[in-house]
Amino acid sequence: MTSIEAHVQQPYKYGFVTDIESEVVPAGLNEDVIRLISGKKGEPEWMLEWRLKAYRNWLKMSEPHWPNVKYGPIDYQAISYYAAPKKLPKLDSLDQVDPKLVATFAKLGIPIEEQKRLTGVAVDAVFDSVSVATTFQAELAKYGVIFCPISQAIREHADLVQKYLGTVVPHNDNFFAALNSAVFTDGSFVYVPKGVRCPLELSTYFRINASSTGQFERTLIIADEGSHVSYLEGCSAPMRDEHQLHAAVVELVALDRATIKYSTIQNWYPGDEEGKGGIYNFVTKRGKCAGANSKISWTQVETGSAITWKYPGCILQGDNSIGEFYSVAVTSHRQQADTGTKMIHLGKNTRSTIVSKGISAGRGQNTYRGLVKIMKGAEGARNYSQCDSMLIGDKCGAHTFPYIDVRNSTAIMEHEASTSKIGEDQIFYLRQRGLSSEDAVSMIVNGFCKEVFKELPMEFAVEATRLLGISLEGSVG
Amino acid sequence: MKKGKALLEVKGLRVAVAGNEILKGVDLTIRDGEVHAIMGPNGSGKSTLAQVLAGHPAYTVLAGTAQYEGKDLLDMKPEERARAGVFLAFQYPVEIRGITNSYFLRSALNALRRERGEPELDPIDFLQFLEQKLKAIGWDDSMMNRPVNEGFSGGEKKRNEILQLAVLEPRLAILDETDSGLDIDALKTVAETVNRLRSPDRAFLIVTHYQRLLNYITPDVVHVLADGRIVKSGGPELAQELEARGYDWLRDGVMVS
Repeated sequence: MTSIEAHVQQPYKYGFVTDIESEVVPAGLNEDVIRLISGKKGEPEWMLEWRLKAYRNWLKMSEPHWPNVKYGPIDYQAISYYAAPKKLPKLDSLDQVDPKLVATFAKLGIPIEEQKRLTGVAVDAVFDSVSVATTFQAELAKYGVIFCPISQAIREHADLVQKYLGTVVPHNDNFFAALNSAVFTDGSFVYVPKGVRCPLELSTYFRINASSTGQFERTLIIADEGSHVSYLEGCSAPMRDEHQLHAAVVELVALDRATIKYSTIQNWYPGDEEGKGGIYNFVTKRGKCAGANSKISWTQVETGSAITWKYPGCILQGDNSIGEFYSVAVTSHRQQADTGTKMIHLGKNTRSTIVSKGISAGRGQNTYRGLVKIMKGAEGARNYSQCDSMLIGDKCGAHTFPYIDVRNSTAIMEHEASTSKIGEDQIFYLRQRGLSSEDAVSMIVNGFCKEVFKELPMEFAVEATRLLGISLEGSVG
Repeated sequence: MKKGKALLEVKGLRVAVAGNEILKGVDLTIRDGEVHAIMGPNGSGKSTLAQVLAGHPAYTVLAGTAQYEGKDLLDMKPEERARAGVFLAFQYPVEIRGITNSYFLRSALNALRRERGEPELDPIDFLQFLEQKLKAIGWDDSMMNRPVNEGFSGGEKKRNEILQLAVLEPRLAILDETDSGLDIDALKTVAETVNRLRSPDRAFLIVTHYQRLLNYITPDVVHVLADGRIVKSGGPELAQELEARGYDWLRDGVMVS
């Protein structure tokens, strides 16, 4: 099995550090730090008040330990809550972006210069605590689509932010969401007006660079009636011996007949073979299908992070609304993931689909945890869940915790689960047909993940399959 | 009959699996274009011989040699053997979820073509190539868009192995109990296909427990494997004799000699 394992445990390719002059706020968390962050962002008073309220709640909360993951205590006073490159453009002109930042993102495959931009994709590039560039803003504005850093939205689109921020993930939702609400620095804001089909894929790339810092981004996406938007986030971080905390909050709101497709390719530094270093990825993501016939679809490919703790979910409030969750989570070395989804059915004839693929290799531990809740008024609700686990080697683990809570007898629930092991016989079969052992593993993993990869936007399906070290053909399309 | 060049020459092959010696000194020479049948009772080592020639990592070679086209076969990785034209039709073909038969076959074919320095086939060229091959063996393309062996019946899996054989056009095709689990119609189809694929530059090694497949495929040589050794070799009539008399008389012979 050594060749199989060696293949799965490829070295992390994004672990470089950008040598750039940064302004880093001293470690520690208190109300003054929050005032400082708010001041740096030029925020209005209501925003600061909201942060402080969240902070005071957070002080009364304790870190959750119910996930099936193990890690040492986190010292929240040892983390710096704000880090930003010193030379930032004053105006919204990409010409003024520090060439080092441009080079960093280019190295990550995210060109932000005018002439090299990805066609069909608008990108917001976030470096540590700040957004450094957002492409195609002007073009999108022609359609009335707002796509900008959330710090900019707080200043320029306060009405929308105030109306929706915290409506899906309240500031006191959970320990990490409260922490995020107090100290969040940047992230993306999207508003798609009534009846508009967003002409570009929207994408945010998050890069942690500074050491001893945490990244706390906040994303808010609002799809107004009859609109459609597809959004993708990517991320990476340098290889460091310390653990770094990433506690993000993402809120999605879909009004009547609106569709939001949210895809994630998560590739934070996973730590080394012995489990040294790596990102703690403690994230709260939730979408609300507020309107009738609306739809929110989450697709995630999780290959990075030392520990992943996230359950992108949907509140299906509008009648006939649809929630979807497609996930591939890979844990190798000593990575641990406890991930899944929550589907809360409130409206009539609401439907949800869950397809989860967990791949464990090395000493990785992979847990699927999902909740499907059918409330009393959700007449005719349906759920289909499928949880598949694949084990590579004999030192890893796969766990499944499905929670089902049905309060309306008309609900129809289906649940399927499987666990398989890549076996020597499967590999040998493919090698006997002329494939190398690497290609054989790729083909097997690729086929296993097919139902999820086909949900990704084409441009990113390539990235996702490459991340798993596998070729795209045959899996997508 | 003029004898062809030796394609495969096995000498004194001893093989163990999980510490148990299964093959205890096998000698076997297969020439270009010949069809050899290996028969023998259960547990005699027939499948072990097939697997070890294909390079299954679970089998340990204790002694002996195997020359294929003058090269040391035992020193080659399984994929190198495949690319050099050694094909094993598996007794228990595995399922590959989510990968279509068509994509799988094209990947395999392209691996072989790369080795031969030929251009790879894109999906459209492959489809044309496949159509020709299917036509030649009189099969349709109904299996091509299904995931590899997933949800296939036992018979379909075996047929799929023969389809791969037809597409990959090996120089040495090893059939490991392809006839087991086939009904009589499927058996005939498989046999007809193998007969059509017989050619002066392709040899077959057919491992089988029963003689019935050999009613349709007439081998040049029949070997009887018992307790890890080839105890008797002969012409097609040997298969008939085995059918009539069973294996016991040979086993006794081994003990006496």
